[in-house]
Amino acid sequence: MNEPERKNEGRAQPDGMCWAWRLTQFREFMIVVVILVAAAAMSCASKDFRTPGNVLAMLLGLSVESIVAIGMTILLVSGGFDLSVGSTVAFTGAVTAMCLVAGAPVPVAVAAGLALGVLIGLINGVIIAKIGINPFITTLGMMSVVRGALLVVTGGKNISGLPESFTVIGQWHIPLFVYQGQMIGIQYPILIAAVLVVIGDLLLRKSRFFRQNYYLGGNEKAAILSGIAVDRLKIFNYALTGFLAALAGVVMTARFGSASVTSGTGLELRVISAVIIGGASLQGGEGTVLGSFLGSLLMAIIVGSLTLLGVNVYWTQLVIGATLLIAVLIDTLGKRRQRLV
Amino acid sequence: MIEANPQSAIRDPQTGGVVLELRDVVKTFPGVRALDKARFELRRGEVHALVGENGAGKSTLMNIVAGVFQPDEGAMLLDGRAVRFANPHQAARHGIGVVFQELSLVPNLTVAENIFANRQPVSTADLIDWRRLYADTEQLLQLFELDVRPTALLKNLSVAQQQVVEILKALSLRPAVVILDEPTSSLTAIETRLLFENIRRLKQGGTAFIYISHHLQEIFQIADRVTVMRDGQYVDTCDVSAVTEDVLVRKMVGRELQNVYGRRESPVGEVCFRAENAGRGEDFAGVSFALREGEILGLAGLVGAGRTELGRAIFGVEPLDRGALYLRGERVRVRSPREAIRHRIGYQTEDRKLQGLFLRMTIRDNCAAPSLPRFAGQAGLIDEAALSAFADASRGKFNIVCTGIRQQAATLSGGNQQKVLLAMWVGIEPHVLIVDEPTRGVDVGARSEIYRLLRELAATGVGIIMISSDLQEILGLSDRILVMRNGRLVAEFVNEQATEEKIIAAATGVVL
Repeated sequence: MNEPERKNEGRAQPDGMCWAWRLTQFREFMIVVVILVAAAAMSCASKDFRTPGNVLAMLLGLSVESIVAIGMTILLVSGGFDLSVGSTVAFTGAVTAMCLVAGAPVPVAVAAGLALGVLIGLINGVIIAKIGINPFITTLGMMSVVRGALLVVTGGKNISGLPESFTVIGQWHIPLFVYQGQMIGIQYPILIAAVLVVIGDLLLRKSRFFRQNYYLGGNEKAAILSGIAVDRLKIFNYALTGFLAALAGVVMTARFGSASVTSGTGLELRVISAVIIGGASLQGGEGTVLGSFLGSLLMAIIVGSLTLLGVNVYWTQLVIGATLLIAVLIDTLGKRRQRLV
Repeated sequence: MIEANPQSAIRDPQTGGVVLELRDVVKTFPGVRALDKARFELRRGEVHALVGENGAGKSTLMNIVAGVFQPDEGAMLLDGRAVRFANPHQAARHGIGVVFQELSLVPNLTVAENIFANRQPVSTADLIDWRRLYADTEQLLQLFELDVRPTALLKNLSVAQQQVVEILKALSLRPAVVILDEPTSSLTAIETRLLFENIRRLKQGGTAFIYISHHLQEIFQIADRVTVMRDGQYVDTCDVSAVTEDVLVRKMVGRELQNVYGRRESPVGEVCFRAENAGRGEDFAGVSFALREGEILGLAGLVGAGRTELGRAIFGVEPLDRGALYLRGERVRVRSPREAIRHRIGYQTEDRKLQGLFLRMTIRDNCAAPSLPRFAGQAGLIDEAALSAFADASRGKFNIVCTGIRQQAATLSGGNQQKVLLAMWVGIEPHVLIVDEPTRGVDVGARSEIYRLLRELAATGVGIIMISSDLQEILGLSDRILVMRNGRLVAEFVNEQATEEKIIAAATGVVL
C-alpha cells in the first residue's frame, strides 16, 4: 500500500544519485565554479591578476573577514546573527594596542583583547537567550555601544607605535619561493584564517555539539523538545563569535601596526553578505563555514578585479550588492521550484 | 447573521441544484500526475464528504476549487458556468470559502480583526468602525458559543478556539460553497457537536459544504454524500446512508484492512513509572498513576483538561512544581527535556509541524535529533555512517514512504511525517514514551501502521502513555484508560469496562 503517496513525493534528491550530480547540488560547488570562471576571465583580462603577489594580497585582505565569518556562519545556522562584530573587531584591537602601549607583554595584551571579545559576545548571548530580546535589536544596540566605548576609551585617536614583537603576528610570513626576484611567502594572518576555517568547517559539519545549531535554526521548539540546551548553545555561539571577532581585531591591528577607531566599519554587513552568498539563510538551519569562506573569496575577487581593471571605486559597492541579490535570487527561485511540486 | 450569499448561490434550474461541478480535471506536477480525470459534484444545501488516503488527490482538487492551483485539463462549473480561478482571491469573490488545516490567523491581532481581516467595517475617512466590528464578531462568536471576547488576542486562545475562529472567518464571507479540511482535528467532542449543528443550520439556507476528514465516523454523522478518491482518480460517489465504514475504507485503500487497532500479544510487566501527587501551577494537580512495562495507558479528556500539560511536565518542558516521579521505583527529577531523554523518557508532541519536526531538514537528520549523543564518537564527531544506517533502519521499520533518507521532511505526507516523529522518539530507546495525539491528521492506512508500531513498541516492554482526543483510538488501543478533567484525574477504566459514553461523561462531568 501507500503506493499513491510515493507518487507525490518523488521530489527531493534520491539517495542513489551519481556523485557528480550530487556534487552540483552543493552550494559550495556552485560558488567554486563561479570563482573559477571569474578568476579565469580576470587572468585573461589582466596579467597582474595571476601573480602570486596579487593572490596573496587578496587572501591577506580576506583573512580578517574570513575569521569573523566563521562565527557569523554558526550564528546564522542557529537562526541568529550579530551586527556588533565590526565594532568588536575595532574595540578589541584598540584595547590590545593600548595595553601594549602601556607596556603590557604581548600575551597579556592579546589575552585582554580576546577576553573583551568573549565578554561582548556573552552579553549579547545572555540578552538574546535569557531575556529574549531579538538578535537584531540586541546586536544593533551592542554595535553602537561598543563603537561608542571605543571612541570614549581612545578619545577618538588612532593608536600606533606598537612593539615589533606584536606586529610580527600580522606582518611576518613563511617564505615559499622566489618569483621574479622577490621572495613570496604566506603571511601569518592567511595561515591563521585558513586553519580556523578548516577547523570551523569540520566542527560545524561533523561535531555533535556544533551540529545542534542546525536543529536550533531549523525549529527552535522542536530543538528544545529534542533535549538540546538551547539557551546555553545560543550564549556559547555569541561568545564564540565575539572571540573570533576579537581574534580578527588582534590580527588586523598587528598587520597594520596600529589600531584605527574607524576600522571594521561596515564589516558586519560584508560578512553577513558573504555568509549568505555562501549558502546560509536568515531563516536559519542552513550554511557551512566553507561556503561562507568561498562567499568571502568571491566578493574579494570581484572587488580586486574591479580595482585591477581600473573601474571607478564607486562601482564596487553596487557590484557587491548585486552579487548578493543575485545569489539569493537564484537560491530562492530554485527552492520555490522544488516546493511547488 | 450568516446566510448563503444570495448572489452567488442563485439556483439555476438547468443545473438541477448542482452548485459546483468538476469534470475530468487533470493536474500534473513535475513527475507527478496528482489528479487524473478527477470528478466531483456538489449540490446546493448538501454536505459532501471527500475521502481518500493521503496522496489520493483530495487536497489538490480542493486547491483547484480554492484557486490555489489551476487545472491543466478539464472544467470547473459554478452554477453551470465554466470558471477558472487565477488565485484564491478570485475564488473567494465567487463565493468559495475555505477552512484549511493550517491556520491562516495572525497571533498578535484580536479575534475580531482576524475574522474580518482586510474587510473591517469602516466609517467615513476609511477609519475602522470598531464598535461595529466588535458587534459583528460577537454575533459570530455566539453562533458557536465560543466564550472569548472579540477583543481577545488570538495568541491567547487555545488551538481549538483558534480553529473555531478560522471557521468563523470563512463563514463570515457568506460563501455559497465552504471547503472544510479536517475542521475537527483539534476540536473537542462538544465543539465538534456545535460545529455540526451550525453546518446543519447553514445548509438549510442553501450553503453547500465540502467536508474532508480522516475520521470516517464524522462523515457518517454529518455528510449526505461521499466521494472516494484514490491515486488522483475518482473512485465512486454514494449516499452516506447507503454505505458502511468498511465499504468506504475498502474503496479508499483498494484492499481489505484488518482490525486497525490490533490486539495485545504479550503480557504487561512490572510498574516502570509512577507519578505521585504531581501538579504544576494551575494546569493540573494531585495526579497520581502508575504505568507498567509494555502497557498502553490511554489519557482521555477534553482539550484543555491538562493532558498535554501533564505530558510536557513529565518530559520536563515545563517541569512539575509539586509531587514526584518514580522510574523503576527510583525517584527522578526531570527539569528539562534533556534530563528526560537521559532517563529514557520520550515525548512525541501533538504539534508535529510547529514543535515536532525540523521540516526543512532531511528524514535522516530528523530521526537523529533527540539521540545525537549516541552517534558522537571520539572527539564528539558524528559517525555519519552509523547515523545513516540508523535512519535507514527506521525508514524500513516504520515503513516511511520516501525517496530516501535524505528527503526533506516538509515534503512528506502527514502520515509519513508522523512516522518520522515516532521514529525520532523510538530512537532514544525509551523506557517510557508519551505520545500526544499520535494520529492527528493521518490517513487510515498510516494510522493502522502507527497503531501496529505502538503495539510492537509496547511488546518490547516500553510503557506508553497515549494522550488522544480520538475515543475510538483510546478504546481500541489502551489497556487502561485515565480520564482528566480540569487538571485532575477523574476516572480510571480497565479497557473491557470502558465505553465511549462513560469516558465522555467523566471528561465533561455531565451524563449525556
